[in-house]
Amino acid sequence: MTLVYLDNNATTRVAREVLDAMLPYFSDHYGNPSSMHTFGGRVGREIETARERVANLLGATPREIIFTSCGTESDNTAIWSALRSNPGKKHVITSRVEHPAIKNLCEHLSKNGYRVSYVPVDQNGELDIEFLKDQLSDDTALVSIMWANNETGVIFPVEEIAELVKKKGIVFHTDAVQAVGKIPMDLSRIPVDMLSLSGHKIHAPKGIGVLYVRKGTKFSPFLIGGHQEKGRRGGTENAASMVGLGIAADLARDHLKEMNTTVKRLRDKLEEALVRQIPNTLVNGKGANRLPNTLSIDFEFIEGESILLMLNELNICASSGSACTSGSLEPSHVLRAMGVPFTAAHGSIRFSLSTRTTEDEINFVIEKMPPIIDRLRALSPFWNQTRDPSHDLSR
Amino acid sequence: MWEYTEKVKDHFLNPRNVGVIVDYDGIGEVGSLACGDALKLTFKLDQNHKINDAKFQTFGCASAIASSSALTEMIKGLSLEDAEKITNEDIADYLGGLPNEKMHCSVMGKDALHKAISHYRGEPEKQTEGRIVCECFGVTDLEIKQAVLENHLTTVEEVTNYTKAGGGCGNCHEKIQDIIDSISHTPSLVPIQPVIMTNLQKIRMIEETLEREIKPALKKDGGDIELVDVDKNTVYVKLKGNCASCSASQVTLKHYVETKLREFVKNDLVVEEVKS
Repeated sequence: MTLVYLDNNATTRVAREVLDAMLPYFSDHYGNPSSMHTFGGRVGREIETARERVANLLGATPREIIFTSCGTESDNTAIWSALRSNPGKKHVITSRVEHPAIKNLCEHLSKNGYRVSYVPVDQNGELDIEFLKDQLSDDTALVSIMWANNETGVIFPVEEIAELVKKKGIVFHTDAVQAVGKIPMDLSRIPVDMLSLSGHKIHAPKGIGVLYVRKGTKFSPFLIGGHQEKGRRGGTENAASMVGLGIAADLARDHLKEMNTTVKRLRDKLEEALVRQIPNTLVNGKGANRLPNTLSIDFEFIEGESILLMLNELNICASSGSACTSGSLEPSHVLRAMGVPFTAAHGSIRFSLSTRTTEDEINFVIEKMPPIIDRLRALSPFWNQTRDPSHDLSR
Repeated sequence: MWEYTEKVKDHFLNPRNVGVIVDYDGIGEVGSLACGDALKLTFKLDQNHKINDAKFQTFGCASAIASSSALTEMIKGLSLEDAEKITNEDIADYLGGLPNEKMHCSVMGKDALHKAISHYRGEPEKQTEGRIVCECFGVTDLEIKQAVLENHLTTVEEVTNYTKAGGGCGNCHEKIQDIIDSISHTPSLVPIQPVIMTNLQKIRMIEETLEREIKPALKKDGGDIELVDVDKNTVYVKLKGNCASCSASQVTLKHYVETKLREFVKNDLVVEEVKS
């Protein structure tokens, strides 16, 4: 049975071109870029080329690109750097729907002397900008708001937020892990101070990330060590992955249009077909500006893990914001923040497409979903109650 | 990805006895939509008062569906007295085991069965007894006690796995720990605290604790700490060396020093940092 991979917000396949570019750095060009010999030095030059490529994707300059090990490291570095650079300030603003890399760090901060304000979202998953505005104060060290949400794909108005925050002279960071490569971004135009991205979401390997730090932004390193990355991130360069990420950045730029035409059309087709064929479904963030590849959809009265396992039997990969899949007992904090009713939140499924997704794959899922939902609803006491209001349990 | 046994997968993909017996003798419903799982169990007895048929409807994850399906298979042919003896462990065992985090699914099966049997016997619907400890999932102290006793639970995490209590906001973790402590015969270690302490004794103990517990840890990272003053329950300290210049770690450090002093000296001490 062929694999139908619709979990690209979790991770993506390493592109062939990326892998091919990387392999020589394991076998032939294994030198240390810091070494004095030409053998190592040439690796350093390739890393700089990769840096330029990443900068081009973001509308940044190469000096503003720091390679890290992952999105989480980039997020942590950004937050700690902003706090260390503003030692007197004890207030942080973030949203209620951030990725755990930000959310859990902020919870840690709030237990350790910092005050954290969480900007709420509405039913569409859209940010309450007025709330954010009201929270900005002289004590605010940092505002960190994601560019696009990983679960729902809802895109936040980062340009507007950045301008608001910068007007007050406060540091602004955005976790753009899900947004990069899916929507155009030009940091020469948008006053973001720091931005996180992750390689494995854009067809580079796992274990490589980037923190963009705008020229002139006060910076304090997270990993203290050697002089690598101009002293801003110690540790011998992950040369192969950096080179790979450079190629992936070029590919992402090339595919941006396709992402917003072909991929978006397939996502819309899937969404439209599921909503049409299956009663009692709800699209999360339906009315909001969303990433072109993400569909977060709730099937009422059944549970997400069950749906995923049924899909798994057909070799279809997706993910869920339901409680049971995460090991926690409550549905995702994102859906709860949006006020998605419990009847629906427990049955949420996220399909995330890539430029590799084919029409046949989408047709396959459209064909297979309705019977899966029917089967599970036939098991559900709530569904049967809904279907048969005369059913009397009081006897 | 959960590690489910083949038997769990089989009962999930091919659930037995799905539905509702219209002319049931007993019915038990547990769980709710908000909780994320729910089970409706009905059974019918034969002339010998043994369970002739049982059916279920379940809203929940694979292990909840499998546990319900297993339960209906297990109770068929049993007298109510024998059915009543089935524990949540028995359900889990029948399925070849459940992941720890999913044990509450088997508990739900047992609860529904007991409710259905009570219903048949015409026993009054049990009011929720005890007091609610976990607000998120509406779990009472009695339910937690029962789960701790029946399954020999020793940690809050285990209680959450079996009853869901503490799986939401986490505010009740302390209360759950108290319940566990009240049941286990070895109460958790309570720091030894002299009831009355003179100021001099207090200062001496603070100094000793700083020397013995705190300074060695700080010195490893090139830092140091100095006791400046003690005023009632406020301990004024000055951070030195690396600690003094590392602004990000100061909050953690204050917390650390405070925790240690509270543990070894007095549990209401507050640490304040004096800037030089």
